[in-house]
Amino acid sequence: MSTTATAGRTSLRTDRTRVAITGMGVKSPAGNDLASFWSNILAAESKAAPWTLVDPDALPVKFGCEVKDFDPTEYLNVKEARRQDRVAQLGFGAAVDAAKQAGELGADPARCAVVVGTGVGGLITLETQIKLFAEKGADRVSPFLVPMMMTNATAGLVSIQFGWTGPSLCITTACAAGTNAIGEAGRLIREGSADVVLAGGVETAITPTAISAFARMGALSARNDEPTLASRPFDAGRDGFVMGEGAAFLVLEEWDRAEARGATILGELLGYGRNCDAHHIMAPSPGGAGAVACMTAALDDAGVDLGRVNHVNAHGTSTPLNDAAESEAISKVFGGRTPPVTSIKGVTGHLIGAAGAVEAVAVLLSLREGKVPPVANYETPDPEIHADIVHGEARDISEGVALSNSFGFGGHNASLVLGLG
Amino acid sequence: MDRDAVFAHLKSAAVEVLGVEESAVTEDARFKDDLDADSLDLVEFVMALEEKLDITVPEEDLEGVETIGQALDLIAGKVAAKA
Repeated sequence: MSTTATAGRTSLRTDRTRVAITGMGVKSPAGNDLASFWSNILAAESKAAPWTLVDPDALPVKFGCEVKDFDPTEYLNVKEARRQDRVAQLGFGAAVDAAKQAGELGADPARCAVVVGTGVGGLITLETQIKLFAEKGADRVSPFLVPMMMTNATAGLVSIQFGWTGPSLCITTACAAGTNAIGEAGRLIREGSADVVLAGGVETAITPTAISAFARMGALSARNDEPTLASRPFDAGRDGFVMGEGAAFLVLEEWDRAEARGATILGELLGYGRNCDAHHIMAPSPGGAGAVACMTAALDDAGVDLGRVNHVNAHGTSTPLNDAAESEAISKVFGGRTPPVTSIKGVTGHLIGAAGAVEAVAVLLSLREGKVPPVANYETPDPEIHADIVHGEARDISEGVALSNSFGFGGHNASLVLGLG
Repeated sequence: MDRDAVFAHLKSAAVEVLGVEESAVTEDARFKDDLDADSLDLVEFVMALEEKLDITVPEEDLEGVETIGQALDLIAGKVAAKA
């Protein structure tokens, strides 16, 4: 039986299949393994720096957050790695790390699924090949362009390499994609379509054209002289997001089988909400109405008391519009007194379709460690933001559940409720 | 450019594109059986050589090319024709 926002949201739901999280992997500007990722987001120091993947000189925004020290041949042989765009290389690395942490799954491959969120897929490959075509003609276009650029390339690669024949899906809801992927993966388990799902988000949209386009749109911070101060979610001086790249995967598993095989259960996916503003292709709906409905749907799905929410990992992109609308929405959902709210984008930048997956990892680490990382670069409160923004140092939290938000161009909203189980 | 010089280019392209050890790149080596290279791999391999040696190899010329030696004959011929 479903609960509502006003009545009966008293306890965790027990009337359905539970979804355990048994593995996590991350490739991000804040680190390529869980330990360094956690210490870097806790330290709250921005990882923004001048571009090295592209020539900054030609670009209006000359910096961003790149994944450093990643060698795809640690995960794929040389030839396989050459046949994958950087986005799939990062994604596959994160998926392998997550599966490794989950241990011996002992599952029927037909009951194992893959769900991957991404905004644009292999954009670096596409842009490089378009340039080659323009300069040298059709004969120089790679026969591997299509399988490298397609948004579903990572999903296909993970399924192929793991030999998993269950559902393999790609979700393209812009900056909400990573959160949607995890949420839909949880539903595959709940509905009985899969026992195990590798779910995550991947993005590397770092190309000259994409950076120019986001800059022309006015979405990016223009602090070329002080890149490490550019991403400042919820701060009064925020002026846009900082583009990042990365990937993260979770292993989701039907609870009873995870317990039966003696897996270490890292957390539980308790609730999922998703909807659309149906308002504007880029701007959030007035008063954050879509986000309010989305968060409420996720909390209803989980069936938890509002008082049990010990923190919110916000979308918090550092754009003037998002952060104002989101904080208003959070404030409405919690009736004025919000739980501690953080955004790790001050450190990582905005990882677009990977953001929600990387942030789900941050949420689970926060729940396990009992600490919410502070927002990097938060210095001056914005009088329009009425939420308890964690800043300065990490905040200790008591046992409870967390809400994680992602919102995408197109008006796509997605929220997860995660707990320790 | 003599045949040995062209062969050196073939070897480095095979290492780079096909991900094989240089020692595996012999004239007898078969793309499919010895170098695990399918028809798309062969296209990419030849594209790399076209780029490096500034030659053009029409796709129909690749029909029947099964070994490194046959590819060497083909590429060396294109290089000679250019000179």
